[in-house]
Parts: sequence; C-alpha cells; structure tokens
Amino acid sequence: MHGIRYLLCCAVLTGACANVPAQPEAKKPEVAAVPIEPANPYPSTYQAGAATATLIRGATVLTGTGTRLDNADVLIANGKIEAVGQNLSAPGGARVVDASGRWVTPGLIDVHSHLGVYPSPGVNAHGDGNEATDPVTPNVWSEHGVWPQDPGFQTALEGGITAMQILPGSANLIGGRAVTLKNVPATTYQAMKFPSAPQGLKMACGENPKRVYGGQSRAPSTRMGNVAGYRQAFADAQDYREQWRKYEREVAQYNEKHQKKSDAKDKEDEEADEPPVPPKRDLKLETLVGAMTGDIRVHIHCYRSDEMAIMLDLSKEFGFKIAAFHHAIEAYKIADLLAANGVCGAEWADWWGSKMEMFDGIQENIAFTDLPQGGCAIVHSDSDEGIQRLNQEAGKAMSRGIRAGLTIAPERAIRWLTANPARALGIEQLTGTLEPGKMADVVIWNGTPFSVYALAEQVFVDGQLAFDRANPPPQPRSDFLLGQPGAGAQP
Amino acid sequence: MRTLVAIALLGCATLANAQAVLIRGATVHTVADQGVLTDTDVLLRDGKIAAIGTGLSAPAGATTIDANGRALTPGLFGGLSAIGVEEVSLEPTTADAGVILNAPAFETQWRPEFDVTAAYNPRSVLVPVARVEGLTWTVLAPASAEGGTFLAGQGAAVTLDGRYDAVLSNSRSLFINLGGNSNALSAGSRAGQWMLLDQAIRETRSPSANDEHVLLHPAGREALAKYLGGGRVVFGVARAAEIRRVVAFAKRYGMKPVIAGGAEAWVVADELAREKVPVLLDALENLPYTFDGIGARLDNAALLQRAGVRIAFTQFNESHNARKVRQLAGNAVAHGLPKDAALAALTAQPAEIFGLAGERGRIARGQVADLVLWNGDPLEVTSAADQVWIAGRAVEMRSRQTELRDRYLKRLQ
Repeated sequence: MHGIRYLLCCAVLTGACANVPAQPEAKKPEVAAVPIEPANPYPSTYQAGAATATLIRGATVLTGTGTRLDNADVLIANGKIEAVGQNLSAPGGARVVDASGRWVTPGLIDVHSHLGVYPSPGVNAHGDGNEATDPVTPNVWSEHGVWPQDPGFQTALEGGITAMQILPGSANLIGGRAVTLKNVPATTYQAMKFPSAPQGLKMACGENPKRVYGGQSRAPSTRMGNVAGYRQAFADAQDYREQWRKYEREVAQYNEKHQKKSDAKDKEDEEADEPPVPPKRDLKLETLVGAMTGDIRVHIHCYRSDEMAIMLDLSKEFGFKIAAFHHAIEAYKIADLLAANGVCGAEWADWWGSKMEMFDGIQENIAFTDLPQGGCAIVHSDSDEGIQRLNQEAGKAMSRGIRAGLTIAPERAIRWLTANPARALGIEQLTGTLEPGKMADVVIWNGTPFSVYALAEQVFVDGQLAFDRANPPPQPRSDFLLGQPGAGAQP
Repeated sequence: MRTLVAIALLGCATLANAQAVLIRGATVHTVADQGVLTDTDVLLRDGKIAAIGTGLSAPAGATTIDANGRALTPGLFGGLSAIGVEEVSLEPTTADAGVILNAPAFETQWRPEFDVTAAYNPRSVLVPVARVEGLTWTVLAPASAEGGTFLAGQGAAVTLDGRYDAVLSNSRSLFINLGGNSNALSAGSRAGQWMLLDQAIRETRSPSANDEHVLLHPAGREALAKYLGGGRVVFGVARAAEIRRVVAFAKRYGMKPVIAGGAEAWVVADELAREKVPVLLDALENLPYTFDGIGARLDNAALLQRAGVRIAFTQFNESHNARKVRQLAGNAVAHGLPKDAALAALTAQPAEIFGLAGERGRIARGQVADLVLWNGDPLEVTSAADQVWIAGRAVEMRSRQTELRDRYLKRLQ
C-alpha cells in the first residue's frame, strides 16, 4: 500500500507519468516502474472477532470528542459504534449491560509501548527493542521483534488498553519503524497488527544515543553529533528519492518512446532497447523517504525544549512532519510552539530526574501542553506497569492542572489517552472516540476512570468483549505463563 | 534521667523553634487503636503531638489551622530510596547509593561497613519534591550495582525536614540483595550467595589472620557482627523458595529479617506470619519481570495482610518519584487490601519495621509531629497534600518543581 502511494506521489510530483492516468484511452505502457517500496510484505491478518450487538445502558459517557453525557447509552453493533445517546433501544439478540453508576470511555490507546520487544520476563533473549549496533537503523521494524506471548499485553488489556504503538528503543538516532497493534490474543504479531494503521518512525534526541555510541568512541558522542547524524541520514534519503524519481522519468520516457515505435509499427531496434533498471533498494533510506512523504509518521523521543525546537527545524529542513514528541519532559516550556506546529506531546504524569535531561520535569506538564489553542497532550506509558493504569496517570495530570488553577473537565482529559493518541498514530478516523461508525473499542469502568480505585470492568475490542472482570479467563492468555506454578493469578 | 529528657526536649524545642500549632476540625486518621476520628483537633507543641481531642484551646501564640473536615494523617514513609543520596541517577558524580570496587571475582571484598547515610545531602532538590507530597521520612538503602557486591552495606531512616543530622536512631539496617539479579555478583549462582554469606559469617566469628582471600576487613567484621546479634537485615528477594531460605538463615544467625520485594511472598504468607517476618513490597508488581518473580500478582499485599504479615509499601530504584508510593497503596486497596491497612502500610507499619514505632507512624500523644493535611482521600491519585508538618514545623510547600511550574504558567497565560 505504501509503495503504491509513493509511486502515485512521484508521478504527480515529477509530472513524468502524469500523462498516463490523464489519457485512459492511450495504450498501456509495456513497462511499469518498480515502486520505491513494494506493497507491505508483512500485512495485517487481524480479524475482528464475531461480536454480538451490545447495549450499554445508563452510564456516564465520555465520548472522547470532548463531550460528557450523563445517564447515556452506547449501542454497539457489527463491531462498530452504532449510536450514543439516551433511551436507545436494543436490537433483537443484543446483550444489554446495566451500567448505572459506571463510566464508559473509548478504549485507551498508548502511543508509546515496548510490550513484546522488551517483554516479561526481561531475560537477555528477550532484548529485542534496540538494534544498538549502529546509530541509524531505519531499516529495522519493531514488529519483527514483537513477541505476542508477552504477559504484559493481557495486563494492559485489563487496564483498558485496546490499541498501542510498539516502538523500537531510544539507543539510536533513528531506531526503526514502529507498529500499531490491536490488543488481542494472538500467536503471530500480524494477527494483532492494526489494519491500515500507518507505521511510525522512531527517532531519539539527547543523552541516550550519544551515551550508547559515545561510550564506544563512535559518533555520536555529543548533541552536535546527534543532529549531524539525523541530517546526513535525511540528506541521503533525499538523494535516494531523487534516484527513484530519475528512474521513474526514465521509465516514462522509455514507454513514450516505445509507444511511438509501436504506433509506427517500427520494431527493428526494439531488441536492443533495454528498459530502465531501478536503483538498488536501500531499506534504510526507503523508510526515511516514507517519513518524508508522510506515509510513515515520525515519533521522536525528546526531553528538552531546546532539542524539540531543533527537531522542528530539522523536520522543516527535510520536509517531514513530526507526529509527536515522546517523553517531552519540557514540553510545558514550549507548549505554544508545539501547538503552533501541530505536534503532540506524549508525556508521563510525574516521572522525572533519572537523567539530566529529565531534571526539569513537573507534574503539570501534560495539563500545560494541553493549554494553548490546538495543544495536543497525550498520556503515554513507556512502561509495562504504566500502561496498566494510564487512566490513573491522567487523573494525576488532570488534578495537578486544576490545582495550578486551570479548568480541566474529565471529558477533556479523557482525550489525552484516546482521541489524541489516535490522532498521533493516524488512526483517528477509525478509533479513539465513541462516534457512530468507529470501531467499537470501549471500556466500562466501575466509576470515574481518573481514580486510583478505578477498574476496567469490561473491555471491548471491535465490539467483542475482550475482558470481563466478572468472568476472568480461567487460564493466563500468555503461553509463557501457562503451567507456571502460581502464575497468571487473576486480578 | 528525667532532667536529661527535659534538657533534650528543650534542645529540640530551641532547634525547631517550635511554635505550637492547633489543627482544628480534621478527620484524623490516627493509624492507632482510635481509628479515624472525625471533627477532631490536634495540638502540636515542641515538635510532638501534645493533645488530640475536641474543643482543644490554642495556647498563647499558637498558629491555628482550620481543617474543615480534611483528612489528617501521619507523615508518609517514602519507601526504600536514595533521596538526598542521588541527584541525577545517571550522573556518577551525583549518585552515591552504592560502593563499587570493581574487584575480580576471586578478590571480591565485602564492605558491610559501608553506610550510605554518610552521603546524605539534606539540601538535595529531591527532598522538597518528596516532602511537599506528604513524605516525611524515608529509608536510605545502599544499592548493589554492577561491579559492587550483593551485600550492599548499611542504610537507615532519615527525616526529610532538611536537617543535616537527619538519621533516625534505631533504624540502621543491613541490606543484602539475593536472587538471579545478583548472580553476576556471586560467581554466577544464587547458591554462591549462600556460600559467600556463610564465609562472611565464619570470618566474623573466627577471623583468620593468614588467609589472603578474605571477604571482610576488620571494620567489616565488626559491622557484620552487630547484625548477628539481632540486627535488622533487609533481604531483597522475590522467589518463594528463597524467601524461605532467608527466614531460616536469619533464624540461624540471630538476624531480624525484612523481606524487600517479595513478589512471591504471598506463596509463603503463613510462614512469614508465623515467624513475624515483615515484607516491603511494590503493590503494582504483577508481571514476571524475572524468573524469580513468576508468581507476581496485584493482590500480594491483600493476601499477606490477611495472613497476618506486616507489610509496608516501597518502590525500588525510585527516588525522584518516591511520591508515587501513595498510588501503590491505593491500588492495593482496589485489589482487596482494606483502606486502613493500606494507610498503615505507609505509616505505622514501616515505622514498626524500622524500629521507630515509639516515635513515628501514628497520630498519638507523644509521637513526633509529622503530619499531613490532605485536600481529599489520602490514597487517591487526584489528591494532594495541602500542608505538611515535620517535627511540628510547617513545611514550606515549595520545591524546584513548583518554582518551574509557576514560572512557566505565567508565560503560558
């Protein structure tokens, strides 16, 4: 799919093959340009389970669109949100859930997880999140390191997580492609892969890359080296893109020439006329070209405000868009700049200080990031513990903002872990809010989700009841925990 | 004797410049036999809790605070931490939690005489960050780092009011970290940990003058000897089988064991209750991070408490965000622990475990006046401390983080 879009994009940009679609009557070219990147060879095989229609009745509903509805119903049919409102009627055969006193939200989405690539148990054999052999590895894909048996997927589901982005780690300047998964049991990652979600590109600022490589007396060993590293990589990608554009022009010229010849029925020297040879594929640069065309969304681990500003300039220098700064400890210092650039800040509620670049962390960061017009704050985890209670993290962030004098309603705060991460991941048309037609990714909470006592009672993925606290699975979901004495204890 | 006490108190009062404080109309969580007292007054004088009751009158010159029903609890335990011992974890010049001799395995030396409290800096920015969230004391725990030893050394409780001489007497403890994570420090086997511990004890009991490859210096033997006669030893351990070995080992050598971690402590809860062995645990630990903790589960705290085991909450390797310990308690409640037991596991229980029960952890007459007035449920993540007192003095409710907050909020608005 990416490949097809790249090709179309190139055609439009160069004008080289613009005449092909414009003249549908013309003879088909005999040579089709090889796409810069072929259609995804690792496609999603995710199948939504058969879902019974469900009517959730009488709940406090936070829709994720900024609206709160009291004593409202949510109707799920065919795996989709059918309706949200009052006094909805249940279709025949529908399961009806009395949710009085309960709160209902969209399924939570974690934009920053390493489940599967740094799974439990954290043994050496499971360290699949950092290809720390070179600072620039856009050729690696986190999905190729995801172990679907990580017990952390189930505990995240019990915390209401229905989708998450699994990223490579932050050892590298450019760590590789990230994947968005549905939180469903599976024996292959493809069966969890969120259908049609764009891939992400993980990049990292600051201390981690320069520590990892500087410690080996290699570049980068400074923040200067970091930026030089990104710039050279993207400069190479520009050159690579130009090679492909040139090739596409050659194919177009070849076809044009070929067409004229066949029109003239002059085939004498056709044998000697070899079609153009495509450039040698470069998996690293291919990914970076994908980032520049916007097919791959850029997610940058970046703590300090000054470094985020540098990365914004870098993105303009090379023409890519940054979806979100992750960790963004100092986002509150440049909340206006982030909002003006349409970049989200994905942050923790209160973690700080273990590194120098985390020294200025404050508990109001998320609330302040959310404050300017167009601000996009996200509560993220980067943790197999934090992902189990993103709702509590949001509760902390909300209450600290209120204590600082801001007005933050629950219907606003819920967006930090539903609609906003969906936007950063490019799946906002599909999930992240309770709007008719969206995937029925839904959580029923035992009360306000922003409480330390909040528990997800029922979690739906595409309308299917994926977790029911009243009827927990009799056995652990992870094969790893199966048959382990005392393991897989139910919540 | 009486005179001595009086002089000591006077000294204290002078030091603390302790003006009396009357907190009126609070919901007082005594964490003592009286339970929760509504609409109750608490009088703080000379750094201590002087009176608890209704309609108390303010002594001359006392500050009066109207609680208006807000919750008043004892100051909270910040868990095992390196607050004031490490400023930025990854910066070696600011991180003093562990001694690292980098000796080859065959020349390993143990330094039980290492006492991490000698690195404590009360002016660390971590201290106010913790304090304004209601943490009034913590136990500084030495770390077993790579190149160090699994017998990490000694630590102790410190008060977080910013005084230089912050160590609380009776709380000094020895820290030993066992299990798979220490294999690299015990010649590749957890059995090697028991082998080396036995060797250290033999050296302590009957030092040999001639052996070149000894684990302990004379100072180390002296330090270890103190713990063999009933000293408190905190064992970092997760696996049920190893917890049982710890209990037996401590019994054999006359140590008072405390389990730290204890992911599988619930498996041996009855034995721990019988032997009166307390557990310091992270109530959020429910994943098998290691093969030692395969049985980790969210109701560990509830199961232990139900079995009669004394528990207290702590995070591990978390000093900057020590304040998160409250969230551990709240989650334990969501998973079956009674609320009063959860608050006790942040106050009275850790005080009991570290030998401070006579002076801290409860709201009772004569206890040190470490108190927190909350704007809501003390265990709730959306609550915050409105005012903290340590040794009867109101803490300034500011930290480097609140300064940053105020500076940048102004610019955003």
